[in-house]
Amino acid sequence: MDYGTFSGLYTGFLIVIFIGIIAWAYSSKRKASFEQAANLVFADDEQALKASAEDKNAGAK
Amino acid sequence: MTSQIETQPDYNYAVVRQFTVMTIIWGIVGMGVGVLIAAQLIWPALNFDTPWLTYSRLRPLHTNAVIFAFGTCALMATSFYVVQRTCQTKLFGGPLAQVVFWGWQLVILSAAITLPLGYTTSKEYAELEWPIDILIAVVWVIYAIVFFGTIVKRKTSHIYVANWFFGGFIITVAVLHIVNSAAVPVAMMKSYSVYAGAVDAMVQWWYGHNAVGFLLTAGFLGMMYYFVPKQAGRPVYSYRLSIVHFWALTSVYIWAGPHHLHYTALPDWAQSLGMVMSLILFAPSWGGMINGIMTLSGAWHKLRYDPILRFLIVSLSFYGMSTFEGPMMAIKTVNALSHYTDWTVGHVHSGALGWVAMVSIGAVYHLIPNLFGQGAMYSTRLINVHFWLATVGTVLYIVAMWISGVMQGLMWRAVNSDGTLTYSFVESLQASYPFYFVRFLGGAIFLTGMLIMAYNAYKTIVAPKGSLQPEVQEA
Repeated sequence: MDYGTFSGLYTGFLIVIFIGIIAWAYSSKRKASFEQAANLVFADDEQALKASAEDKNAGAK
Repeated sequence: MTSQIETQPDYNYAVVRQFTVMTIIWGIVGMGVGVLIAAQLIWPALNFDTPWLTYSRLRPLHTNAVIFAFGTCALMATSFYVVQRTCQTKLFGGPLAQVVFWGWQLVILSAAITLPLGYTTSKEYAELEWPIDILIAVVWVIYAIVFFGTIVKRKTSHIYVANWFFGGFIITVAVLHIVNSAAVPVAMMKSYSVYAGAVDAMVQWWYGHNAVGFLLTAGFLGMMYYFVPKQAGRPVYSYRLSIVHFWALTSVYIWAGPHHLHYTALPDWAQSLGMVMSLILFAPSWGGMINGIMTLSGAWHKLRYDPILRFLIVSLSFYGMSTFEGPMMAIKTVNALSHYTDWTVGHVHSGALGWVAMVSIGAVYHLIPNLFGQGAMYSTRLINVHFWLATVGTVLYIVAMWISGVMQGLMWRAVNSDGTLTYSFVESLQASYPFYFVRFLGGAIFLTGMLIMAYNAYKTIVAPKGSLQPEVQEA
């Protein structure tokens, strides 16, 4: 295989991986866990920590 | 403060406090040197005929101070803060965090001594000589151990996106620094690069542009992904977009370096590759910017009374502007006009002052009350004053450099009908003089804002704990 063919195949491989990442990120299965992850920024507040210590369900959305 | 100690999992805030305070101090030093050399371009006598104060030696001191002292202290402060809070665990490695702090201050101090003395490898943004390079590598590896060690022992199941950006920045900067600094030492303070000719140039700009891409972009995007949602009080606009943003940005940025070497001895195909990759880079850059700004969707009114949020959002606007300008300048025909002119300087500062400095300033204003047991900064009015000084300073700076740069490019390429050059170089320099003054003015205004910040931060730190509380705003 000459270098041109290799680099063409490799580029194609990377495109497939990238499309895979997009499909993974935007699959509806991941939606709930991403929403939870996005709220990690607020889980560190003293109130949130206190609330989750008092009631394990308080932080769930 | 006592209630925080009880409810929070005993975070290591000491190192965050140290880095935050040093961010402000090094910011003033680095920008102060910048204003001095801007003044030297108008009044050359300001080097006082002293070799240590010549433009050629102070310019690398300015770039090293703002990038590696101001910018990197801000990144180390915020990454240590964010990784602890989003992983809900204390920093890994105990005293190693202090090693990172003091080691990094030692690096900065060595740079501040050796650069004015004239020790330089002559590689832009990598001027420091080999003993300091080794120290940087060691401190950086310890930084990586502390950061990734904290991620490994996290209490949360997910690794928040800001940590991905910080992590990408830490790994890539280690690789860039070690590869580009490979050199053969010939004396205590003299070495030669192991690369030669066009390969050396390519390695240097692979390093140089990715210092922009990973230190000045990915690292500060990590900052953005924590502090913008936090300050706006709502989660990031699209978490899914942030994941695609991360992978797209990190995989494309690494290829853009050759656009610094258009029309040089670098092979033509490499130049074209660099240009195309730079153009593609526009998409993830704007994806990230939109993700940040749209986080405010439905809460735009907060911009009216929260100057910290204004710093963060305006920094994203400047980020969007400079990441549009960058790909455009990477097009070879545009580059033929812009390269080696002040336009490049303007572009860098639209990113450095508008994006990097403004997002760091916003983050520091958020951090200081939280780190020193206060509900708010000493004066919100002074934050607002700082915001306007920073914005006006940046705009004056970049507009002056745009005009001066385009004018230089046009004057340098102008030819008479017989093929001779229309203007001598000195004529273009004379035409730039008024704009150099406007640039000096813009820089001085920006620096004034930093001094106001230092005063505001000092008053907040020395105030009795818990005595400063935010003014109540309608939701």
